[in-house]
Amino acid sequence: MATLKEVKTKISAVKKTRQITKAMNMVAASKLRGAQADMEGFRPYSGKFEEVLGSLLEKVDEEVSSLLIPCEEVNQIHLVLCTSDRGLCGGFNSNLILKANSFIKDRSESEVEFSFTNFGKKGRDWCRNNNYTIISEHLGVVGGKFKFNVAAVSGRQLIEGFQNGSYDEVYLIYSEFVSMARQVPVLKQILPIPSLEVVEDEVEDEEKPYLAEHICEPSLAELVREMLPKSVYIQLYSALLETSTSEHAARMTAMDNATNACNDMLENLTLVYNKARQAAITAELMDIVGGAEALRG
Amino acid sequence: MAESIRLEVVTPEQAVIDEDAQIVVAPGSLGEFGVLIGHTPFLTSLKVGTLYYKDVNGDERHLFVSGGFAEALPDKVTVLAESAERRRDIDAERAKAAMERATERLEKKDENIDYVRAQAALDRAMHRLKLLGTIK
Repeated sequence: MATLKEVKTKISAVKKTRQITKAMNMVAASKLRGAQADMEGFRPYSGKFEEVLGSLLEKVDEEVSSLLIPCEEVNQIHLVLCTSDRGLCGGFNSNLILKANSFIKDRSESEVEFSFTNFGKKGRDWCRNNNYTIISEHLGVVGGKFKFNVAAVSGRQLIEGFQNGSYDEVYLIYSEFVSMARQVPVLKQILPIPSLEVVEDEVEDEEKPYLAEHICEPSLAELVREMLPKSVYIQLYSALLETSTSEHAARMTAMDNATNACNDMLENLTLVYNKARQAAITAELMDIVGGAEALRG
Repeated sequence: MAESIRLEVVTPEQAVIDEDAQIVVAPGSLGEFGVLIGHTPFLTSLKVGTLYYKDVNGDERHLFVSGGFAEALPDKVTVLAESAERRRDIDAERAKAAMERATERLEKKDENIDYVRAQAALDRAMHRLKLLGTIK
């Protein structure tokens, strides 16, 4: 049986933990609102952009830009891994890393070399521990406030690497924010740019009247060439936004669970404490009664 | 009052403008162009520069745009820009600092400097300042 003092210390320790997890939950909740607002703010831009680019791509061949041409022999795969900088968010990071790991396993039967661009500390640490080549790392982006610029700069590097042959394919691993309770790790090819079939399916009905022939300036091909790199930045930026939002949501859930666990534990501990106290009182009474009996006798 | 055309300016961060305008004039990459209601469908990339429009009250409004596209439809103009700022939102201090930094970089003879980017930065800063200076 634990002594009274031990139980008491334990109770106050759990109470302090609960205070922290509660606070973290609330911080995550408020950051989540911010991240969600950023995501909402970006949607009109990306939506419109994809709509325009999609309709332009229908009219051009893939020869128009080297970014569209698939590489025949893939030897160098570059992964952009988005994770969070900090832990305490449940299985969030390990899910993303698992995704990366299983992708590497799938593709590693042939002679393929992998390199990484890391957003977030957790993913970077994992790459370091497994001795993968890290081309560039960006900390303090996911989960914080960042501008489109971050994605543009990094996206430009990816495109340069792709064009000078350092990478044959570039994939993006990020966490998609489905709902508060669900964040799904997603793997997406960003270079060479896959054809935008998905988009077509979604907006087919509305798009019919939209396909009016545009006058294009400078020319259709040049416009597409100018827009394609941007679509890479856009995907990267939206991946970062989604990952940030997911991180906060995951942390909120994790901290909520932790707070509940603390409550359960406190309940049990209080029970133990009361029992122990009662036992001590009873024992003392027995002693006193026993003592008195002995004196009388 | 003439019929008005819808103007939308969006950046990755936010929708900057969503309102009716009498006329929109934007800096296309092949030259400035104006859009009135009933414009034929038109798509162009934009230069760094000033976009201006007349709002429904006939007041001229100016904004700085860079790195973008414009799509004109008969009843609507959509501008997608990497950055777009109304004149009152331009940060003069920042633009000045950016201009100095870019000039400094351009003057140095160093292989590590990306001249194209420095030039572009200078261009943006100058346009911002010009927009602030010309019309007070």
